[in-house]
Amino acid sequence: MAMESELAGAAVRKPVTLKYPFERRDVPPRFRGRLAWDAEKCVGCGMCVQVCPAFALEMVGKGPMAELRYYLNRCVFCSQCVESCPRDALSMTEEYELADYKHKVYEFKRG
Amino acid sequence: MLEESERAIFEVPIGPQHPALKEPILLLFKIEGDTIVDVMARPAYTHRGVEKATEARNYIQNIYLCERVCGICSCIHTLVYTQGVEKLADVEPPPRAKYIRVIMSELERIHSHTLWLGVAAHELGFDTLFYYVWRDRELVMDLLELISGNRVNYAMSTVGGVRRDISDAVAHQIKKGMEILRKRLDVYTEVVEKEPTLRKRVIDVGKLSPHDAVALCAVGPTLRMTGVKRDVRADDPYQAYDEIPFNVATYDTGDVLAQIIVRVVETYEAANIIDYAIDHMPSGPIKVKVPWNIAPNEIITRGEAPRGELFYYFKSNGTEKPERVKIRTPTLGNIPAVCEMLKGYHIAEIPIVFAGIDPCLSCTARFAFIDERKGKSWVWSGDQLRTYRRKYYKRYGR
Ligand code: SF4
Ligand code: SF4
Repeated sequence: MAMESELAGAAVRKPVTLKYPFERRDVPPRFRGRLAWDAEKCVGCGMCVQVCPAFALEMVGKGPMAELRYYLNRCVFCSQCVESCPRDALSMTEEYELADYKHKVYEFKRG
Repeated sequence: MLEESERAIFEVPIGPQHPALKEPILLLFKIEGDTIVDVMARPAYTHRGVEKATEARNYIQNIYLCERVCGICSCIHTLVYTQGVEKLADVEPPPRAKYIRVIMSELERIHSHTLWLGVAAHELGFDTLFYYVWRDRELVMDLLELISGNRVNYAMSTVGGVRRDISDAVAHQIKKGMEILRKRLDVYTEVVEKEPTLRKRVIDVGKLSPHDAVALCAVGPTLRMTGVKRDVRADDPYQAYDEIPFNVATYDTGDVLAQIIVRVVETYEAANIIDYAIDHMPSGPIKVKVPWNIAPNEIITRGEAPRGELFYYFKSNGTEKPERVKIRTPTLGNIPAVCEMLKGYHIAEIPIVFAGIDPCLSCTARFAFIDERKGKSWVWSGDQLRTYRRKYYKRYGR
């Protein structure tokens, strides 16, 4: 006999469920979405490839002009690559609707 | 009354795929009439090879692998993993990092216990309570999301400290959240104390004696509900737990009601720990550097997950990858106890008694056989392993 007041309260309350995709919540400030790469800053050190737990990053070429290949479907959005990058060349965007039937591979290119 | 010889004992298998179970486990019941006489459990249906996979990844990559052993205990897994690697490398994380780890793992305990309360209500057929509890659980989920940026895999602990700081503004929000949480918990405590429909289903159901609980190596709330005061946070303090005062929640009836009460009291305690930790959080750095290669060493380490004691064993060999990581998750420790708890009760009580230990089966399968040449893999039960042993020794001698 303890639920009555709860039930009465819930009857007049607005539903808590949002009607996605018509209603959306704002993403939190530290949200980790799809990866973005800044070619200007990258020095091709390969640190991000070494620490990625999901083998989602691959170096294309060698040396300071090397480029990156990003396998979106493997990425677990841990942002370890962002943290380990010595030049802050990587960042996580706020994009989160990434489900797809195809394996998405991003070729991060210079210029 | 039937004569002894006329009484029929039926075998009723439940699982590995069954509507009453959320995860794959085989519970083989011996049933007399409607009463459970004996239970055999076989949990090994979800072997994922996590331990083997750790040997192919470096210490940083393994943080995120271990985080994914369990979706609900993702914080405590990284905490115990990083704590172990720090012990292995003999480095001490900064004090502020220890407090942040405590806050995160207590927030996780709140979210896990409230999730369990909802699931337990659902198993009892009390779906209204289930929805209300889960609605209020969103409060903690939002706080976790605010601190870490993610609802499930927080990626907070790293080897040598934590990755993100808690600012004063966020700390203030957490404290406000804890106030609301306490008010909501008061409501649920009242429901548990007064609601007759709930109490009738949980009192004197799934009983376990303290002696059996200890003898069967039960851990966590399943052990504490019998009155045994054992908690890794108090008995073998890790991180900042030796500086934070808190009570170990116990209850003495050892039935499903005790499981509920222990978890609700623990949720209150977790809120108090968080408040205390925020008030006494030291300032300073949140991370120290740890060498990439770790010298040969061998250690064990543990922590108190929401479901009980979580245990890790590490062996390093001087490279950037561990030689061996062994994980013992709390549910594995509670399976013998739950088999004992089910005996003597009715079929209708199976869901709630089994859900009472808060089972997380994805982390119980710990080994599988792989034949690389033939490309085959399989799992054996204890009996099959014994049969194989007998045949092997017969053929090859000792
Ligand atoms: S976010 Fe994590 S998984 Fe994704 S690319 Fe970076 S390191 Fe790899
Ligand atoms: S770690 Fe940073 S600088 Fe180095 S290769 Fe990756 S993106 Fe470029």
